[in-house]
Amino acid sequence: MSQKELLKVENLSVSFTGYERGFRQIDLQVIENLNVTVKKGEMVAVVGASGSGKSLLAHTLLGILPPNSTACGNIYFEGELLNAQKINQLRGKEIAFVPQSVTYLDPLKKVGSQVRKDKKVIESYRKQQELFSFYDLPAKTDNLYPFELSGGMARRVFLSAAMMETPKLIVADEPTPGLHLEAAKNSLKHFREFADKGGGVLLITHDIELALEVSDRIAVFYAGTTVEEAFASDFQSENLLRHPYTKALWRALPQNGFAPTPGVQPYVKDKPQGCVYAPRCSVYSSKCNSKIPMQTIRNGSVLCACAK
Amino acid sequence: MTDITILQQYKKPRLNQRHKTLIYFIFAVVLLLCIAISGSLMGEIAITTRSDAKNLLPSMAHPFGTDWLGRDMLARTLKGLSISIVIGILASVISAILAGILGVLAASFGKKTDAVIEFLINVVLGIPHLLLLLLISYALGKGMFGVVIAVAVSHWPMLARVIRGEVLAIKEAPYVKIAKKLGQHNLKIARKHMLPHIFPQFLVGFILLFPHAVLHEAALTFLGFGLKPEQPGIGIILSESMKYLSLGMWWLAVFPGLALLSTVLLFDLMGSSLRSLIDPHSANK
Amino acid sequence: MLLEAREISFGYKKGYHILNNISFAAESSERVGIVAPSGFGKTTLCKILAGYSKPSNGQVLLDGEDVYGMKGYHPVQMIWQHPETSVNPRLRLKETIAEGDQIEQRIINALGIEHDWLNRFPGELSGGELQRFCIARALGQRTRFLIADEISTMLDMITQAQIWSFLLEETEKRKLGLIVVTHNTALAEKVCTRIQILTK
Repeated sequence: MSQKELLKVENLSVSFTGYERGFRQIDLQVIENLNVTVKKGEMVAVVGASGSGKSLLAHTLLGILPPNSTACGNIYFEGELLNAQKINQLRGKEIAFVPQSVTYLDPLKKVGSQVRKDKKVIESYRKQQELFSFYDLPAKTDNLYPFELSGGMARRVFLSAAMMETPKLIVADEPTPGLHLEAAKNSLKHFREFADKGGGVLLITHDIELALEVSDRIAVFYAGTTVEEAFASDFQSENLLRHPYTKALWRALPQNGFAPTPGVQPYVKDKPQGCVYAPRCSVYSSKCNSKIPMQTIRNGSVLCACAK
Repeated sequence: MTDITILQQYKKPRLNQRHKTLIYFIFAVVLLLCIAISGSLMGEIAITTRSDAKNLLPSMAHPFGTDWLGRDMLARTLKGLSISIVIGILASVISAILAGILGVLAASFGKKTDAVIEFLINVVLGIPHLLLLLLISYALGKGMFGVVIAVAVSHWPMLARVIRGEVLAIKEAPYVKIAKKLGQHNLKIARKHMLPHIFPQFLVGFILLFPHAVLHEAALTFLGFGLKPEQPGIGIILSESMKYLSLGMWWLAVFPGLALLSTVLLFDLMGSSLRSLIDPHSANK
Repeated sequence: MLLEAREISFGYKKGYHILNNISFAAESSERVGIVAPSGFGKTTLCKILAGYSKPSNGQVLLDGEDVYGMKGYHPVQMIWQHPETSVNPRLRLKETIAEGDQIEQRIINALGIEHDWLNRFPGELSGGELQRFCIARALGQRTRFLIADEISTMLDMITQAQIWSFLLEETEKRKLGLIVVTHNTALAEKVCTRIQILTK
């Protein structure tokens, strides 16, 4: 089993040091006990509301967290435990990043040379042209500036850039902002192809409907913690799901009744001790106030004291 | 639990960055105040000539040495700097007010006003800086008045552009537009939303004008188009000392020059530390 | 009341239009869904409907009166897609909410807005919390129409469901007109009494 594990994130926590109004410095524990696994040939979606910590996971994997943050946790890539230095070595090579928007490109440089990473060797040109034609980008894309790209083209340019070095894992952070479901699904087909050929994709999104359409497994984040890792197929029925929050998400899907559950995801400073979902939970009991271990149920994992 | 790998560690400095910046700021302000005050108290000493202490090398009694009339160079330098600081403050206040008014006008009163002000900005920026300073100062009869006006009139364009940009940006901010649709009066929006957004930029811009103003005042005076010899600004001291440099009296130019440089750097430190205190982008470092 | 868009077009350059000849009308008791694909200019359309921008051609009329240039509290309120930019980051939320009409406590409770939030700055709330706040702010006594510009795309499903079920109840109760501009057909079908689909 672990042979096939491409990426394993264990007990990741990230905190920020910031200022309150004035001069008092405070630490904010934004991510705590975050876990996610991506196997070879798998597309795993990380879903969660904004503020659940999903983008920070991507930034940690790529070593691009802001300087005022502290991150610790065990990240294994192909079975090897990573440290900060190895993350920097893997970035852009074995782990590739597909960002949300063109703002991640240098606005003053042509797309082609950015994809080639300024290399002026024949192979780079050939590889880049091959990739552009593979992703149906017109040949002239090479000479365009980032602002001239449409959203869809930008996404394919990012993919080409990611594929320049043969990556094993693609981390995509909200790659389909503002697209409707059909278009988003369509634009993710290249990611699916990549996974089907044995790569791993970590898709970060807030759109659970999209995640269910394209991915194999879903990691549900809530208030900086993984509350459940489930199979996409588990979402066919509420009973197959494990965590009360995931169940609430399921009930809120339009096809399942669009039912609202009261309460809000707590802001970092207001996070409760113990279970982060306790204030909203319908099956809350006193044992939810202490630390809760991750448990495995039906091949998925869940962070809940009373999950069955 | 197994060991946890630390992937990134933020090392908290013993003094946090904001405290540090605040300390820099206070340090700069206090030092500049000291220079200005001590300079104005040195008036007597600075013009006392002593025939028994001419052309002395720097020593304990005269840390900056003495000149060809036996005047203490430390006193002269401080006096000169304090004059320069006063002129710098006057010129930057006028310049900043000009920049503020023109920047707000350009952004608020339609395309025509904007075009006229943009043209003015380009004209001022287009003429070589020193030439413009010389012309204005000369036309206004040089002296304190000429220098202040020349520096003020030539230094506003950059800040005016910044202010114009900020006003345009804040006018487009959704929350400003929403406030209007909630029935808020324009004046109230200006006071509640726009001023607090623009004022910090204005303040920083104003302080960063100081070093330019001081340097340009000194340059003008050095070239003979600024202060009169009876107002011993730092530029006068430097230009007078030029004649004695060939006689090997290096201290006449080196110490006043260094003092001018450090004053300018102090103002710069003050401005940039203030900026990092109020600028949201660097707020969390 | 009747909100009416008459053949509105919009473009920044002459001859090149983002929006072309769009017409529709909505009663203040209706919930109209306007479904348009990504890149259609939905936000531009919303801004025109709510009187923020003047259309290049055509007019938006509220009971016969042009909404562009109306003074004072605007009866057509828009809720923006990004709540973070809809509130001044330098002001506490209670100062921001005081800008409009008094908001009934009932609305604040129904949206799950805790009293403590109002003493905070926007940076101290999550996106979902802020969007609830922005919705509450738009529901002053004098509001007759609400324009919702993709207000829930950036939120998780539960928050979406909460917000829409609240808006359904509230608009029903107060006979408010609700115009839901979205790319999400399923959402529009769920929420609206009538749907108009716009294509390029």
